[in-house]
Amino acid sequence: MTNPLLSVRDLKVSFPSETGTVDAVRGISFDLKAGRTLGIVGESGSGKSVTSLAIMGLLDENVRISGSITFDGQELLGKSDKQLSAIRGNGLAMIFQDPLSSLTPVFSIGDQLIEALTVHRKLSKRAAWARAVELLETVGLPNPERRMKSFPHEFSGGMRQRVVIAIAMANKPKLIIADEPTTALDVTIQAQILDLIAKAQSETGAAVIMITHDMGVVAKTADDVLVMYAGRPVEKAPVHELFHRTRMPYSIGLLGAIPRVDKAEKQPLVPVKGNPPLLINLPDACPFASRCPIAIDACHTREPDLVDVGNEKMGEHHAACIRSHEITDGGLIDGRRVFPLPDVSERALAGVPREDRPVTLEVRNMTKTFPLMKGAFLKRKLGEVHAIRGISFDIREGETMAIVGESGCGKTTTLLQIMDLVEQVDGDILIGGTSVADVRGGHAERTLRRDIQIVFQDPMGALDPRMTVADIIAEPLRAIGTKKAESETRVDELMDLVGLDPSHSNRFPSAFSGGQRQRIGIARALATNPKVVVLDEPVSALDVSIQAGVINLLDELKAKLGLSYLFVAHDLSVVRHIADRVAVMYLGAFVEQGSVNEIFEDPQHPYTQALLSAIPIPDPDIERTRERIVLTGDLASATDQSGGCSFASRCQLFKVLPPEDQARCLGEVPPLTGPENHRNACHFR
Amino acid sequence: MPRNSIQPAVGPETTAIRLPRKRMSKWELYSRRFRRNRPAVAGLVIFAVLVLFAVVAPLLARYDHIELDFLNLGEPPSGEHWLGTTSAGNDTFAQVAIGLQRSLMIAVAVSVGTTVISAVVGTAAAYFSGMFERLTLLLIHFLMVVPTFLLLAMFSNDSGGDWRTISLIMILIGWFFPARVIWTMALSLREREYVHAARYMGVPGMKIVLRHMLPNIGSLLVINFTLGVVAAVMIETGLSFLGFGVKIPDVSLGSLIGSGANTITSAPWLFYFPAAALTLLTVSMALVADGLRDAFDPTSAAGGRA
Repeated sequence: MTNPLLSVRDLKVSFPSETGTVDAVRGISFDLKAGRTLGIVGESGSGKSVTSLAIMGLLDENVRISGSITFDGQELLGKSDKQLSAIRGNGLAMIFQDPLSSLTPVFSIGDQLIEALTVHRKLSKRAAWARAVELLETVGLPNPERRMKSFPHEFSGGMRQRVVIAIAMANKPKLIIADEPTTALDVTIQAQILDLIAKAQSETGAAVIMITHDMGVVAKTADDVLVMYAGRPVEKAPVHELFHRTRMPYSIGLLGAIPRVDKAEKQPLVPVKGNPPLLINLPDACPFASRCPIAIDACHTREPDLVDVGNEKMGEHHAACIRSHEITDGGLIDGRRVFPLPDVSERALAGVPREDRPVTLEVRNMTKTFPLMKGAFLKRKLGEVHAIRGISFDIREGETMAIVGESGCGKTTTLLQIMDLVEQVDGDILIGGTSVADVRGGHAERTLRRDIQIVFQDPMGALDPRMTVADIIAEPLRAIGTKKAESETRVDELMDLVGLDPSHSNRFPSAFSGGQRQRIGIARALATNPKVVVLDEPVSALDVSIQAGVINLLDELKAKLGLSYLFVAHDLSVVRHIADRVAVMYLGAFVEQGSVNEIFEDPQHPYTQALLSAIPIPDPDIERTRERIVLTGDLASATDQSGGCSFASRCQLFKVLPPEDQARCLGEVPPLTGPENHRNACHFR
Repeated sequence: MPRNSIQPAVGPETTAIRLPRKRMSKWELYSRRFRRNRPAVAGLVIFAVLVLFAVVAPLLARYDHIELDFLNLGEPPSGEHWLGTTSAGNDTFAQVAIGLQRSLMIAVAVSVGTTVISAVVGTAAAYFSGMFERLTLLLIHFLMVVPTFLLLAMFSNDSGGDWRTISLIMILIGWFFPARVIWTMALSLREREYVHAARYMGVPGMKIVLRHMLPNIGSLLVINFTLGVVAAVMIETGLSFLGFGVKIPDVSLGSLIGSGANTITSAPWLFYFPAAALTLLTVSMALVADGLRDAFDPTSAAGGRA
């Protein structure tokens, strides 16, 4: 029996605030042994980041911390900042979420690495330099010697995160805390970074605390899992235990709310109703009781302790629920589901074949290039960025078309082209049969805009904070000249439709939670009875349990109102759940296009294959055994106009092709070929 | 509480039955939030009293502000002359009342004028961008190098100290500095998603400027307005001190303070009473501004949830 490397006992953290003391962490205990990975999962505000900051000793002075944190035999709480600095970065290292802001922009990455090395031990300049180069090589940065002198802005997000990991590894730490290390990155990059963290761990023998909201990442990386809710751990178990023998309703809800990229059936997701409680003056009751479908009276009288519910065979398993002994495997209680499945409404258009439905939005050969200018006074053109290179698609009534791709692939530009009603040089955009080229004058434009509305990604930024919800939802109605009384009844109707209480209509957006704000955005988009709703990553800013509710709402609205959606997302699991047709976009062009089941079951283009295999699946058995294609490198530059396949530089198929076929990849742009419901742009598929 | 599923029967009829209530208007909401802020209400009361004083006091005063009482030259406050007299025999009470009236009219007119012009021009330049933006900025930058105080002095002297001309000129030379500040603030607003959202709904450009951009720099405008009042009083004081401002027999707080400062040791009441009026005016404006900002600002903790 070895001693644990890190031992946290009854850690409590509270912040003073104007409205009262916020108890961000309310008693958390765990042990972590060297070489193990602990996954801490929970929604925003559950106290997972505060826990990590408390371990690092990075919290403010006015924060009250009690309990005990023992690291490597030393008590960390009560140490001065100076004493902690000797440990931080040396024995303890941290990888932050945002690689953009965790590197100083004014120093080269070489300087920052050398600083991390020399601050804790005496090293000659030359030795430090050599070690830094070695580290960059370990994290897989090409040309490390040359890259030492580069500045953070010269790197992509994934590359920067590699540098951050190199800095974290610099002093061979015993414990690495990774706080949402891949949340800001694309899936293919996420797979690379997770592999890299695993590599760093095996090389240094460190323990890792992996903080994340993504159950897939936990399933892939963690040995033990701690589920946090309202500042307390509610379930603690080895990873297989937690995923297969879940005992706490919140964890069951969290797992049920995730759309799965590997499951085809279109059953509705199971949302967890309500919102997490405010952590101020919490009563002595189960904090989850108000959202819990199996809550009984006893839940409201006392907060349940974290008790052992495991058996000898399966090892330790702790859960904080007084009914956990009644819950059986698969999230069942008395043979029924803890979270009952919501009803699915029948699709009005389900019986009508696709060809017989009217086309609501059609895009023909859309292109967009941005000129690349240089010079402050006399601008000269250096080249062109090909943001979109000739894409075509159509959406029929009652259909969801999804465009997926990594950041920078041109999906947002596509949306903006449509929403700005940009006239195409050698193509066209038709909304409900009307070409944007025919739109002249303000009135005609307003009439056309009735038919196409947009829901934005950020639920806060898309709502004017100075307008009441009623005014926000009524705005599109006022723009088309609806009478005041008429628009007021319509507002109530719409709020009802998206599941908001219409009596809250004179509140400001700040009084609503993220999920509710997104519902307001959806209500606004539906105000004019549009034919097409453009959804720009509508759920990516929401927590998992909230996200499920919004996805279900979108599904129901589509079924009820016969809407068409143009859905843009990077999350393929969500796309698989909601979309009927998918187009995979890479560097401004579609590489694969077709119906959702065809593409997810039988991906043909190498890029689609890599994209699908990069997504972590929230099931440790599947996740750890399946074959994975990890792409090397980043998205190529969109300025290149080499005249070959744009994916060739990262393609795993390209590498195994004979030279004459490779020449074809590099010399000839592959067209989109194949039958209507599954086309791909690869010469050899 | 949000419901996560839609009830089956949703239509105009069912919704109306379930919701028998009246919607509170935005202004009701703002006023309710403003009234919750005690110092702001106090500021509003002081300001109202000052305005009332400026309007009513000249009617109540025993002496006119231009009337000279040769029996009381440079007397301290007494039952006859409540706030004393000047060395020429003017009644200070009447003078302060009229001076306050004048200063208020100039300050409020100038501040309203500059705030409105600068806000509309600044945000419109930011929203419409392109050629309109470039031309506006060119004009603003050109006006910035013009010696405006000199112009103001010349024109006001030329008009014989007419307060209307002074206000007009002060507006014309005062709008462009705040306009440029507002333009930079509005630049970030232009890229907000709700501005895009409004455009994609088909809301006309000028309406977006007035409905989405202006309210979101509202707190800045309110502060601008308050500071504008204070600044206008200052400029007017400066002008009067140099002899270019409001001319005798007309008086303003500025000219009263200017002349009172000369006799601060021998006849302190001539300085302290107009100075007290000026201080009350600016302090009350600051309190009102603070309350307005909290009332308009949805993120402010002081306002609370409506």
